[in-house]
Amino acid sequence: MNNLSKKEPFKIAVASGKGGTGKTTVSVNLQYFISKFWSEKVLLLDCDVEEPNDLIFFPESEITGNKEVHLLVPFIDTQKCTFCRKCVDWCEFNAIVVIPPVKFAQVNQSLCHSCGACIVACNNGAISENKVSIGEINNYKTQIGVGLTEGKLKIGSAMQTSVIKALKSEDFNNAEIIIYDAPPGTSCPVVTTVSDADFVVLVTEPTPFGVYDLSLTVDLLKEMNKTTGVIVNKSGLGNNEVYEYLEQNNIPILGAIPFNKNYASKYAQGNILKNILIETEDFYKEIISNIKKYIN
Amino acid sequence: MKTVITSTGNTLDSNFDLRFGRAAYFCVYDEETEKIEFIENIHSNDQGGAGSKASEKMIELGVTKIISGDFGPKAMELLDQFKIRLILMSDESKKVSDILNLMKK
Repeated sequence: MNNLSKKEPFKIAVASGKGGTGKTTVSVNLQYFISKFWSEKVLLLDCDVEEPNDLIFFPESEITGNKEVHLLVPFIDTQKCTFCRKCVDWCEFNAIVVIPPVKFAQVNQSLCHSCGACIVACNNGAISENKVSIGEINNYKTQIGVGLTEGKLKIGSAMQTSVIKALKSEDFNNAEIIIYDAPPGTSCPVVTTVSDADFVVLVTEPTPFGVYDLSLTVDLLKEMNKTTGVIVNKSGLGNNEVYEYLEQNNIPILGAIPFNKNYASKYAQGNILKNILIETEDFYKEIISNIKKYIN
Repeated sequence: MKTVITSTGNTLDSNFDLRFGRAAYFCVYDEETEKIEFIENIHSNDQGGAGSKASEKMIELGVTKIISGDFGPKAMELLDQFKIRLILMSDESKKVSDILNLMKK
């Protein structure tokens, strides 16, 4: 437990590749069981900023903090603009429209990535930056560990990574362990989420889709030099492909959680932390002891 | 008065392209001079903003009417600002020449 004596919290990311495999279920349960069997100072961080849903499982939560996340978006002063289109050429994201014959120049906020290139490109000082809100960060006191913090992206914004980065830059000094509930997929928001994780828990399901998307995520995490382990959720469904894949690629299985229709209905009601079955506790006890094994 | 027809290729025999921002070519028809010109859509495979870029081109060319299958929200917002008429057609089996003939009638 050397890692816990350091001031920097130990970060566990829960990712999957395929959506709907059980990242949220595992994240919420991990926080609960870690608080019970490992460290009470465990924080849950909902990094799925496009649709954060961890909060659903904490009906008795209380909001303790709220902060807006801003980004600087360029604004073109058409009085100073010479309509030379240099900024348009520099913009990688097609976010700037300049139409010389009608003296039109505008930045599309939803396409802009706030890279600042256009400001450097402009020789006429026609571009300045305005603060634009792209989302918010909410802190909640829950009954579990040191609570939940979530990032929430504004609908229409494509800047997931900026909200995730702002979320991570919050002060989490009171936490010894942080669980990142990652977004699905393998694109930028996932990379940003797992980038500083000390260990990545991959949740998969034993279906061909689960295996395929898992393999994409495994390749990504290999390139990022991340230590990983897999939880096979809804085991008993599908086929054995996932086990063959994991064996061939030498990826440790942290645990298997059998498919259970009653559990799915508890999830749908937001009740996974109520009347927890002893078998569920056993699954997570095993998973936690395996995580501890692999992090040393 | 210039009209643009979105096209999958650069000849009059090419099929009509249902997409605006992602169309392969723009067939520009000048009603006064009866000149027909095909312009390649260099942004058709861009990651994002293809609709904005296509609209930018239309306004720059002084187009007053566009015939296509559909227009995205960013394209529509820009084209509306310049009062460009948008005409929707859903028959992708039509050739660009068929549409031109319909217009000339």
